[in-house]
Amino acid sequence: MLTVRNVSKRFGGLAALEGVSLDVEKGHIYGLIGPNGAGKTTLFNCMTGLYGVTSGEIHLDSAPIHNRKPHHIVHQGFARTFQNIRLFANMTALENVMVGRHPRTHAGVLGAILRGPHTRAEERQIHDRSLELMDFVGLARKGRTLAGHLAYGDQRRLEIARALATEPKLLALDEPVAGMNPTERRQMADLFLRLRETGITLLLIEHDVKLVMGLCDRVAVLDYGRKIAEGAPESVQRDPAVIEAYLGGAE
Amino acid sequence: MLDGLRRHPTLVFIALGILLAVLPFLTGATLGNSWVRVLDFVLLYIILALGLNIVVGYAGLLDLGYVAFYALGAYLYAWLASPHFGIHLPFWAVLPLGAALAGLFGVLLGAPTLRLRGDYLAIVTLGFGEIIRIFMNNLDHPVNVTNGPQGINQIDPVSLGGFAFAGRHEVLGMTITGPYFYYYLFLAFTLASIFIAMRLQHSRIGRAWAAIREDEVAAAAMGINTRNVKLLAFAMGAAFGGLAGGLFASFQGFISPESFNLWESILILCMIVLGGMGHIPGVILGAILLTVLPEALRYIGDWQRAALGHVVVDPNDLRMLVFGLALVLMMIYRPAGMIPSRQRKREFAAEDGVAEQEQASLYDTKA
Repeated sequence: MLTVRNVSKRFGGLAALEGVSLDVEKGHIYGLIGPNGAGKTTLFNCMTGLYGVTSGEIHLDSAPIHNRKPHHIVHQGFARTFQNIRLFANMTALENVMVGRHPRTHAGVLGAILRGPHTRAEERQIHDRSLELMDFVGLARKGRTLAGHLAYGDQRRLEIARALATEPKLLALDEPVAGMNPTERRQMADLFLRLRETGITLLLIEHDVKLVMGLCDRVAVLDYGRKIAEGAPESVQRDPAVIEAYLGGAE
Repeated sequence: MLDGLRRHPTLVFIALGILLAVLPFLTGATLGNSWVRVLDFVLLYIILALGLNIVVGYAGLLDLGYVAFYALGAYLYAWLASPHFGIHLPFWAVLPLGAALAGLFGVLLGAPTLRLRGDYLAIVTLGFGEIIRIFMNNLDHPVNVTNGPQGINQIDPVSLGGFAFAGRHEVLGMTITGPYFYYYLFLAFTLASIFIAMRLQHSRIGRAWAAIREDEVAAAAMGINTRNVKLLAFAMGAAFGGLAGGLFASFQGFISPESFNLWESILILCMIVLGGMGHIPGVILGAILLTVLPEALRYIGDWQRAALGHVVVDPNDLRMLVFGLALVLMMIYRPAGMIPSRQRKREFAAEDGVAEQEQASLYDTKA
């Protein structure tokens, strides 16, 4: 579904990514782990159009998406969340999700001003679908709360609902359980499994190794901008290079 | 009292409708005919403030050159409906053209400034406003396009079916002058502008503007084409300005670059900031206050002359002083504007680290 081929990204003299290649299969939960500063978020930013790549190619279902604009990539069906939550803090939770419907709806200026039957139906559909998604992530009664006033865990969930509103086939989550307690983590893991059941492929950056190992179908490990291992969680866990670079340091 | 009004919105609407319908006659009878002109300008500035509010209040793009679009609308009207080129098109044909031309220039200004934000954007737009004014000032040679600093005069008044909105007319035994007719024309355009601004705010496009204002990166990650949506904000705001410019030209019958200086841009921005950015009732109140206040201050000159025999403090200087004072007081007591939107109130409350409830009670005691 997602193919990353030899992607490098340089910031001035600093090589943040060097020749990284990945293959994410449809229907998988794919984990991306690595120590701080390994280049995980940089890779996410390259995939989702926030950064251009210095060299290499990224394809989504064989359509090239490297160096494309973020909104173009969202249209292709690839949505993301952010490590440092980026909600529209002064809009309500529901409005946040409704913004996510933008790429799948069409009303323009004339539609907005005239608000004919077509536009009204579309607005209703935006509203109803957004409520459904709020319910799906477990925020059914929080629609009128300001996004910035939500509890931390709820903000993470809201970001996922907002990303889901764009109807992605591939959803990239940047440390979605960071700062959560064990109960919340279990709920999130459950949410990821439910997402996979609906046919959405997940790409996950995570520090919680236990969560990644228990949840992911496949795992890649980055270290200093290079991929040092890839495979099933059990085999990656036993990889000496990984233990050396990451697990060894952590345990 | 307020609750009672809220329970009967239809009654409020009818009362407001009657008030707006008789307002010029009330004003003319009590304050004199010169105040009917002030009313016309109030309506004109409401349209301008609503337009700038789309750019600044909705999309969060600070524009200090807004008056350029006002100028473009006015000059297009003057070119197409005056003896200057000998063209006399009817107003209903020229006004949409003025709005469209201004909208086009909105995009032309927007396109190169897309990467700029905040202060940088403000400086570039300020420059754009000055460029247009200086062009108008100097385009009298080699070909006389704008007639330079002298401006263009004898601009056609609005006329509907042979009925000119200028001079004196006998209606039902009363003598009615131009400003009265223009009041109703401007009122119609103002109500339409309010309607459009409201519809835009609560739409897919309005949400996209708000998203860009809140966090442009996140907005892009939600599939919003930030370039197009920002250009759309510039174009829509500019179109309001162009429309107001055309109305202004026909109403005054005379325009010159002098009418479109930086002070006008700042004045319109002050209306938004003072009233409550992004909130239509606030913007309207801001436009009313800042149009009426300078006119009211003129009386201070007369009082001085009556009491002291000569003018000690020039009302024009006083105007600046009072504006400054009003803005300072507002920043202290109501930083989000006089009638802020709930959203703006929250933004300011959040920035100050003051709990929302605390802030809300603060507003209540001051109001």
